[in-house]
Amino acid sequence: MAFEPSVNKKISGPALIGRARDSALSLASFAVVLAGTFLGLLAITFFIGRVVPIDPVLSVVGDRATKEVYEAARQAMGLDRPLIVQFFSYVGDVLTGDLGNSVSTGRPVVDDLARVFPATLEMATIGIIIGVLLGVPMGVLAATRQGSWIDQLIRVLGLLGYSVPAFWLGLVGLAVFYAGLGWVAGPGRVDIFYDGLLEPVTGLYLIDSALAGEWDIFWNAADHLALPASILGFFSLAYIARMTRSFMLDQLGQEYVTTARVKGVSERRVIWRHAFYPIRIQLITVIGLSYAALLEGSVMIETVFSWPGIGNYLTTALLNADMNAVLGATLVIGAVFIMINKVSDVLYRILDPRARR
Amino acid sequence: MTALRTWLLDDSPASRLQANLGRAWRVWSALLRNPLAVVGGLIILVLVVMAVFAPLIAPYSPIGQDLANRLTPPSAAHWMGTDELGRDIYSRVVYGARITLLIVTMVAVIAAPVGLVIGAVSGYFGGWTDRILMGVTDIFLSMPKLILALAFVAALGPGIENAIIAIAITAWPVYARIARAETITFRDSEFIAAVRLQGASAARVILRHVLPLCASSTIIRVTLDMAGIILTAAGLGFLGLGAQPPLPEWGAMIARGRNFILDQWWVATMPGFAIILVSLGFCFLGDGLRDVLDPKQGGKQ
Repeated sequence: MAFEPSVNKKISGPALIGRARDSALSLASFAVVLAGTFLGLLAITFFIGRVVPIDPVLSVVGDRATKEVYEAARQAMGLDRPLIVQFFSYVGDVLTGDLGNSVSTGRPVVDDLARVFPATLEMATIGIIIGVLLGVPMGVLAATRQGSWIDQLIRVLGLLGYSVPAFWLGLVGLAVFYAGLGWVAGPGRVDIFYDGLLEPVTGLYLIDSALAGEWDIFWNAADHLALPASILGFFSLAYIARMTRSFMLDQLGQEYVTTARVKGVSERRVIWRHAFYPIRIQLITVIGLSYAALLEGSVMIETVFSWPGIGNYLTTALLNADMNAVLGATLVIGAVFIMINKVSDVLYRILDPRARR
Repeated sequence: MTALRTWLLDDSPASRLQANLGRAWRVWSALLRNPLAVVGGLIILVLVVMAVFAPLIAPYSPIGQDLANRLTPPSAAHWMGTDELGRDIYSRVVYGARITLLIVTMVAVIAAPVGLVIGAVSGYFGGWTDRILMGVTDIFLSMPKLILALAFVAALGPGIENAIIAIAITAWPVYARIARAETITFRDSEFIAAVRLQGASAARVILRHVLPLCASSTIIRVTLDMAGIILTAAGLGFLGLGAQPPLPEWGAMIARGRNFILDQWWVATMPGFAIILVSLGFCFLGDGLRDVLDPKQGGKQ
């Protein structure tokens, strides 16, 4: 970052307009980048849909169809048109919310996705809350006590976060905490006799059951959530704690922190007010990245825990070669992933004056 | 020995060979002084030895069934127990090293050169070439990797080759970014100008003079990425989309052990330990390599 001589000048009219124009421009360029990335995502899913070795026409007419029937079906499906035309009609379909029908459920993919998405959202959100609530304080502690046991612990957790397969940890967790110790409930979102009792309002069981005043269901759902959300939380904790530690170390090495200490500011205030305060903006980006990664990581965890979310929907569709469902789920996860990443990037730029230039 | 060392550490090498060997020697001895890098290197060495000498190391056949000894717990005869078909899990883990090594090597061999060339071309030519190539790279970079790999395997069909292709497709953009950043820093330097004045073509400049300079940062990145590649491959295997039975792929072995996890815990857990150990090994080695080859970055950790 270049050193800029800071002259404390009052911002007058023209400068204010200039600043407004700058942010309008950066917002516009953000919109262009975002639109470009989404178009890229669509291009990739379109490409994946086209390179499928299974002939989409054959799957409709069967392999004993005559040439005429085959050609008619091909034209009806629009596969005889140039690729670029097909791509634009695909983009149009997606924009109007048409992702085709799922072969296995027989329903529009959009409806399926809307039904399963809250389950994933609920698990990933609890996971990121665990990750932030534990990871940030751990990272701060580790930075202030370098070489202590908590510092070592964060190193080990960070390494494990990179090298332990999530699905394996899920299985081991089930074996130990569900079958062995009986501390948590097993797979699924609620026990079977609570299933279907809840009128879906938000689709998030914790909120729906609390709204309905069904506290039995609430605690049962929380019991089922505990293990998968903790495992997701572990992965985000490992990452968030490591990043918090490294940001804090950067700040604690700054001269103004030494100045504050020399002035006699209490250690607690030095840590939280002087060192932690400036890094909260960087942390937003890290938490955003981590949240997006959890949505992706939930694919494996959902499979292990038979969690009826988007990840489970995707893997079931994969095994049934249900391409509309696969591409629809890929598109939604990809879009949410990109959205979270870009928005946290923009937030960082808006909140941190140094990153504006 | 001392004469050889003095020759290697000579500050004014007489030949290119001497300079290269001297540099390799310095990197090697710095790595040996880094305990984590040594541990990581040893783990990878064990993996390679297991893969190469699997028939000599494994006490049983990886696919030989012994239905009389189904699901026996770990014992002196079967160190890691047996699975539901009576196959020795330890032997399967040993043979599984071959598949893991094959996957990570193939992904590195495919993804790294593709990424490097795209990045170097992009950085060297600049302008619209750069904008288009980096636009595509950024789009791939902003996708969730695992989901993208899953979708590609769904389209290509399950199998080890397709898993390798799918993972490689998600892995190359990082190397393109690295190569571009490095290329830009020395694109306008004098030695490049000198080669160009001698009449070297763009292809020659990129291949002979730009890419070799990207080597060390790429090697660090590839080593650090290995853990992620292993986890993705194991994840594909776990979902039944990677290596197909009866191949002893570690992720697929965990998937089979899933049905017995509550009573016969060893079937699913043992291959998991292998995955963790090998991933850790690559992490350690990558960290060590970064400390040695790129002191600027290493100091910050």
